[in-house]
Amino acid sequence: MTPTGRGRLLAGWGRACASAAFVAVPGSAEEVADLLAQPGKHLARGLGRSYGDAAQCAGGTVIDCTAMDRIVELDHSSCTVKVQAGCSLDSLLRVIVPRGLFVPVTPGTRHVTVGGAVASDVHGKNHHRDGTVSAHVANLELATPTGPILCGPEQDNELFWATAGGMGLTGVITEATLRLVPIETSRMVVDTVKTADLDSCMAFMSEQDAAHRYSVAWVDSLARGRNLGRSLITMGDHARAEDLPTKMRADPLGFSPRQLLKVPVTPPVSLLNPLTVAAFNEAWYRKAPKQRTGQLESLSTFFHPLDGVGDWNVLYGPRGFTQYQFVVPFGAEEVVRRVLEKLSSARAASFLVVLKRFGPAGKGHLSFPSEGWTLALDVPLGIRGLSVVLDDLDEIVAEAGGRVYLSKDGRLRPELMEVMYPRLEEWNEVRSRVDPKAVLASDMGRRLSIGGHSSSSRRRPAGAGAR
Amino acid sequence: MNDVTGMPQNVVVIGAGADISRAILRSLAGHRLSSVILSGRSLESLEGAVKDLHSLKVEKVEVALLDVTDIGAIERFADLAAQRLGTIDLVLIAAGVLGTADLESLDAGVVAFLATVNFTGPAAIMTAFARVLAAQGQGRIVVLSSVAGYRVRAANLVYGAAKAGLDGFALGLGDALAGSGVKVVVVRPGFVKTKMTEGHSVVPFAIDASAVADVVVRGLEKDAEIIWAPPVLRYIFAVLRIVPRPLWRRMPR
Repeated sequence: MTPTGRGRLLAGWGRACASAAFVAVPGSAEEVADLLAQPGKHLARGLGRSYGDAAQCAGGTVIDCTAMDRIVELDHSSCTVKVQAGCSLDSLLRVIVPRGLFVPVTPGTRHVTVGGAVASDVHGKNHHRDGTVSAHVANLELATPTGPILCGPEQDNELFWATAGGMGLTGVITEATLRLVPIETSRMVVDTVKTADLDSCMAFMSEQDAAHRYSVAWVDSLARGRNLGRSLITMGDHARAEDLPTKMRADPLGFSPRQLLKVPVTPPVSLLNPLTVAAFNEAWYRKAPKQRTGQLESLSTFFHPLDGVGDWNVLYGPRGFTQYQFVVPFGAEEVVRRVLEKLSSARAASFLVVLKRFGPAGKGHLSFPSEGWTLALDVPLGIRGLSVVLDDLDEIVAEAGGRVYLSKDGRLRPELMEVMYPRLEEWNEVRSRVDPKAVLASDMGRRLSIGGHSSSSRRRPAGAGAR
Repeated sequence: MNDVTGMPQNVVVIGAGADISRAILRSLAGHRLSSVILSGRSLESLEGAVKDLHSLKVEKVEVALLDVTDIGAIERFADLAAQRLGTIDLVLIAAGVLGTADLESLDAGVVAFLATVNFTGPAAIMTAFARVLAAQGQGRIVVLSSVAGYRVRAANLVYGAAKAGLDGFALGLGDALAGSGVKVVVVRPGFVKTKMTEGHSVVPFAIDASAVADVVVRGLEKDAEIIWAPPVLRYIFAVLRIVPRPLWRRMPR
């Protein structure tokens, strides 16, 4: 199995700073092992949904895992499934939902691979109840430069927790066994509440979200002053059979989500600018009723609304976009407001602003979620001085004891890495045990001086905020 | 690496003593700049840039001698730079000499020298680094062209002609590198008040080196491939380019 031909340009979902790499498409764990034995740097890639440079390996070999997409074994009695790492949540859900099972955690898109989900240790709207995806993984088959290793919370748990959220730098996940969730229907029972500003949104969520398995708020980032942070909070639970009206009961587990449309070409300029986004937000907010309870929604409408529009990322135009997602502990609510205000005054129109309460942190060394508020905003690139605006936000977040999400990142200042991720050294020790020669590398790893690129270019001591 | 906002970490500069180079480096140091190789014709010419970067807390600053007319040294220099930095994110090529355009003092030797300093050397350097950057799958080559090359005037005909060649070479190289992860950025400043232009009478839309640096960094931010400094020159030269020759010839300089 050798990568052939010229390199291919690969970018993240934000479509900025593409780099070229050879791409190999192995079909089995053995072929992955063969690839890792070849000279040069290597990195696994799934469906390319991380926003920045996490799944790029400039000048090296990118191991495209999407051909390893089989469901190996579905055990209905124990609610577990063993899948190859390149299997997408989309194809997994199409098989398991009609059988009355659901994934324990899903991010905002179905178009991620299971391997990628574990490498990012993704969270969903149920984090406050169920934690991240790694809390529901029984074990992983990991191809490392020092050989294949089976790891999980029970065996070689150090390596397992280094891999959950490890951004692919501990090895190539080739198989994963997940614990699934039984469901009676493929519908959600959803309550929606409109709040007039950020404070009432946060107060409501703090009070109410323990009562629901899933909860999230959409925040209007362009509304200013009094309206800053006006929000729509949605809370949901899996519908039981008796929640369905009679006509739906014939097929309670039907699941065939479709892409409604696809953006056909990259527009020459971003179509998502302050004007269009403000108009959309106004309409979206006004359209929603003040309060609505018990609405039935399909799984895809509730969990993956953006999957209805294929390649929506090109709407940001050729320059692309980034997503700024951070978490700060409870008590640092003010940081959420300041971030919204600063981005709003930088005219960084955010089409998608999502606020959620995280439950307690998991055990992954570099896993992002920790107890507190998380806010995620899409930001178009090319705005004057954006780099400095985001650096300022990083300082505020770090000072509050928070961190940014690596799977969304493409620009964090390297010296903040160990401030935000204090278990970095511990992670690196485990990583160098399985990859002593630093065969695994990513553009993100090089940029942040993590992985096999530690400390050589980390220039100032931790916490130094001066620019 | 270059980050998503367009800011590089590891940079190589050819002609690092030039005022524009220094200003661009100071500006990049305010973002992600962490390792730099500064090169120039003499070590003394680099002292100012070294001092700038140390005071801005850039971690690693190295200096190297490189005479752009020493074509034989160029490939080796590119390989050495790659070795020293590991990854090169941005190569800034700012070597150039205005020279004379006075027919009395021009001769074959002077024309050949100015052509080498302003075209052959920089083009050879771009080629060498294009190879290095393509192998690493990413990187940017930022080359200082000039509005003088957009339409050559009698007043700086050798410099202008050499820059015209360099500008065309850079655009063509950028196209040839499409899909490799390497981008070529062409900067076209107007009259810049620097050491190089000292003693020349200032023309309209003249700017200083730090203003050029702002425009260049703004261009990196926008991922521009052609940067005019100041930006308004794009429109002015669109007109000047089609002014009839009899008129062009009589235009004040």
